[in-house]
Amino acid sequence: MISLSWYLIFAAALFSLGLYGVLARKNAIAILMGIELMLNAININLVAFWRYGDLANIAGQAFAVIVFAVAAAEVAVGLALVISIYRRRNTVVAEEIDLMKW
Amino acid sequence: MGDPINLISQWFTNLLLGWGLAENLVIVISLAIGAAIVATLGMITVIALIWVERKIAGRLQDRLGPNRAGPYGLLQPFADMIKIFTKEITTPDGADKVAFNIAPVLAMASVLLIWAVIPFAATVVGTNINVGVLYIVAVGSFGVIAVLMAGWSSNNKFALLGAFRAVAQMVSYEVPMVIALLVPVLLARSMGMNDIVAAQTPWFIILAPLAALIFLITSMAEVGRAPFDLIEAESEIVAGFHTEYSGMGFGMFYVSEFLHVWTIGALIATFFLGGWSGPGAENLPILGILYFYIKTFIGYFVITWIRLSLPRVRIDQLLAFNWKFLTPLALVVLIVTAIVDKSLEMVGVERWAYALIMLAANLLIGWATVLILKAIEPARARQRVEFEPRPVAVAPKPTDN
Amino acid sequence: MSDVEILFLIIAVVTLLAALFVVTTPNLVHAALWLILTLFGVAATFVLLNATFLAVVQVVVYIGAIAVLMIFAIMLTRRVMKDSGPQTNANWGWAALLGLTLFAGLTFVLINSGAADASLPALAADVDPLVQLGQELVSPNAYVIPFELASVLLLAAMIGAIAVAWKE
Repeated sequence: MISLSWYLIFAAALFSLGLYGVLARKNAIAILMGIELMLNAININLVAFWRYGDLANIAGQAFAVIVFAVAAAEVAVGLALVISIYRRRNTVVAEEIDLMKW
Repeated sequence: MGDPINLISQWFTNLLLGWGLAENLVIVISLAIGAAIVATLGMITVIALIWVERKIAGRLQDRLGPNRAGPYGLLQPFADMIKIFTKEITTPDGADKVAFNIAPVLAMASVLLIWAVIPFAATVVGTNINVGVLYIVAVGSFGVIAVLMAGWSSNNKFALLGAFRAVAQMVSYEVPMVIALLVPVLLARSMGMNDIVAAQTPWFIILAPLAALIFLITSMAEVGRAPFDLIEAESEIVAGFHTEYSGMGFGMFYVSEFLHVWTIGALIATFFLGGWSGPGAENLPILGILYFYIKTFIGYFVITWIRLSLPRVRIDQLLAFNWKFLTPLALVVLIVTAIVDKSLEMVGVERWAYALIMLAANLLIGWATVLILKAIEPARARQRVEFEPRPVAVAPKPTDN
Repeated sequence: MSDVEILFLIIAVVTLLAALFVVTTPNLVHAALWLILTLFGVAATFVLLNATFLAVVQVVVYIGAIAVLMIFAIMLTRRVMKDSGPQTNANWGWAALLGLTLFAGLTFVLINSGAADASLPALAADVDPLVQLGQELVSPNAYVIPFELASVLLLAAMIGAIAVAWKE
């Protein structure tokens, strides 16, 4: 039997890697990838808690489904923004997108 | 009796257990062997298919087709195989070597993986998971990734353009395909492939002819066969995403395309033509396999026939056809099927009346679609741009001297 | 160690290594390909957790849609990707420190939390979690409002994405 804490530690490692990606990456698309890693880590936690908790309570899986929808929406809008910015300012480096930094 | 495959598998399992292996290990070994058999069967089918396809193409185009190597040209695929095996496998300069070489394997895998859930007969099925339909959609997305990897890693503009086209086409035709697949799922109340086959009294092609038609069209687009073969439109982008591949690299893309068409035949047979079901198939699984293969061949033949009859469409026509026609139609079919199904269930009618009303509903949608198309046809005709006829060769003007 | 545990460890190590490459590879297309492997590893984890539906949806949504969309976006903004050298900003040291601290802290808390003692309930043979999930997602007593909100969100995101990326 796999212990619940294994899943949780695995998810924590994935989340930390995602956090590093979000903070350290220059490219806006790479930052979005980091966010995807973090969302995946959360999904692992949700499903693990469902599996090890009360099986009749399906909340863990239902939340995971909603996280999928949110992730898809986030990527669609995020990438549209990146491409729109790239068209106007010819850059996808997050630091150089500083029009509103006044 | 009549179920040799399960008998063999049981005998084999007992043999391994008799050797004193652990039970889990035996399960893993027999599953691996089963997977190898299914995959090999798929590839062997392709050898036959190449001959069949070339023969059909020949006859439909008033030719003889291959007839030199062996009787009726039966050895032609083997000659092709020897040729392709002995060719050098090249990797272009500046290519991303790892991605370039993984892509054909991934393309092949994405098709072979589908066979894991297809029921050949009542008891002969790789694995009967309860999300079978969704699984098919999921492994299809590996094919998209493979195309993208091949196109990008080739470091060739035609390959990249071809990959972009292919992905745009595959991703957008996935939408109506999934919606059309929801109709048999809804009628069978299950996503498991065996449940869908078992629920088909009568066949779903009678209950949902429109969904079957949409599935046929979209899956043809998914493989990229004519009239949807813009992926490898020779006159525009050389050979599309596999321009740079040679030898077995190209061979794997080629085989995966052939196998994909056959797989779509199998999916049409499973979802809409009753799969393995037929007289006596429940007691005699071997008969079920025969029925399944016959039905699969019908689906395969129809696709080949369409491919050889229609010209290629333009890229804007392709996408407009998908988003402005197929997707709305698929949504309407799904909603109407759901409403009719639920209300008939509430009323509680006989099965034959249910089938008749379903068929009538589908015909009604089809008729309404034709009416709507006729109504908007004048508006579309006005948009068409007519150019002055321009002769290709003009006779030189007579000069004075 | 049992078979399942070894399987889990293999999946976890492969997934985490792939995730590490996602956040460190300079070549963004490679990062996206590693991301696909990571997402596949997470799908495998879902299978280990008996959530086959979520595993398949993970492949359809993440690999089939999100990863493909990302690769598209990377290729459409390709010039910049090639020009710039290192792909990390000046704060990467702090980011690594923060990530490591977070991981260490979470692991410390988790090891002391008693999660290791949680027992694994047996799956009931007669209840299909898939059927249960489907019914609860559209049941007025359960999750129909979040579910509908998610669909409205998706619609809004779709319209928003088209509006933002529209080329006049």
